[in-house]
Amino acid sequence: MHVPDGFLDAPTSIATGAVAAGGLALALRGARRELDDRTAPMAGLVATFVFAGQMMNFPVGAGTSGHLLGGAMAAVLAGPWTAMLCISTVLLVQALFMADGGITALGTNITLMGLVGVGVGWLVFRAVRAVLPDRLGSVAPAAAVGALLSVPVAAAVFSLLFAVGGTAPVSSEKVFVAMVSWHAVIGVGEALITFLVVASVVGVRPDLVYGARSALRARALEIRGPAPAAIPAAETP
Amino acid sequence: MSTAVRLSSTRRFFAIFLLSALLVAGVGSYYASTHPDGLNFVAHRAGFGDEAKASPTSDSPFAGYSTKGIGNQRLSGGVAGVAGCLLVLGIAGGLFRVLRRREPGSANAGAGPAHGPPTTSGL
Repeated sequence: MHVPDGFLDAPTSIATGAVAAGGLALALRGARRELDDRTAPMAGLVATFVFAGQMMNFPVGAGTSGHLLGGAMAAVLAGPWTAMLCISTVLLVQALFMADGGITALGTNITLMGLVGVGVGWLVFRAVRAVLPDRLGSVAPAAAVGALLSVPVAAAVFSLLFAVGGTAPVSSEKVFVAMVSWHAVIGVGEALITFLVVASVVGVRPDLVYGARSALRARALEIRGPAPAAIPAAETP
Repeated sequence: MSTAVRLSSTRRFFAIFLLSALLVAGVGSYYASTHPDGLNFVAHRAGFGDEAKASPTSDSPFAGYSTKGIGNQRLSGGVAGVAGCLLVLGIAGGLFRVLRRREPGSANAGAGPAHGPPTTSGL
């Protein structure tokens, strides 16, 4: 979903650039609370994995393809604020070095995938977690639902931006319907990949999964009662 | 919890996680679909695809996920993918290192309840 230069006019690009800058400023503050000696290297690897995952376009029929956006995955693995920085770093490297996504469109891409994709993915994850039992087994399914919805919502936001500041006289309704319906299909792939990756990490190292913290605490209390120091301090790389 | 945690050391887990990213970017990406992605597809169908301008970085050594000067497609894409991974790892890893809370071996390293449940730091 990398928007190239030229799809949106200058005022819209400047506006999304401002939104992206504001969002990143908040994320830089929020991420400080999410990152510590153990989770900081994990978060760097999550960003790296999202970059790799975004290279794997999968066919979705009719000569089109989709690829992972990674917002929900990164949010669940590393925390939502950190995830915004992860996705933004990926987008920066893609724009600067891979010529993937425009330069004047960087703010748009950060807004769509870094802020909307992560935000929707995380909020839906939280909502689903609130309904499901607080167990480790709930983490990956909830992440998948977040992923599923994050993609069409990001596509819908692009369509709204295009309606406001698109450079071509094209029916914005047509763009909206096409964008949302295709990205609903791509969202299924996003959900599948997110489920597999999150389930794998939860399976071996749930303590490194931000979105599994409450489930881990609940489990520790259940098993051991009011044990002191639930998380070993000596566990450093 | 401690038994589950000790099953795999953190360092080994990180190594495997990094290796899988490098494998996906360096090897797997060759097999990725070359069809236009959803946005480009819709743009061309709806009639605004031609508005796209070439990126100002399109002469960078890894533009288009291929490496300048390497003729072999598989190798060219693989090198670009690995280079991109390392760039992301360097930038994001460095940023997160700077941002992280430093805990000088105190009692609550990791996800201590001192910082509240994830709910408080959510969006």
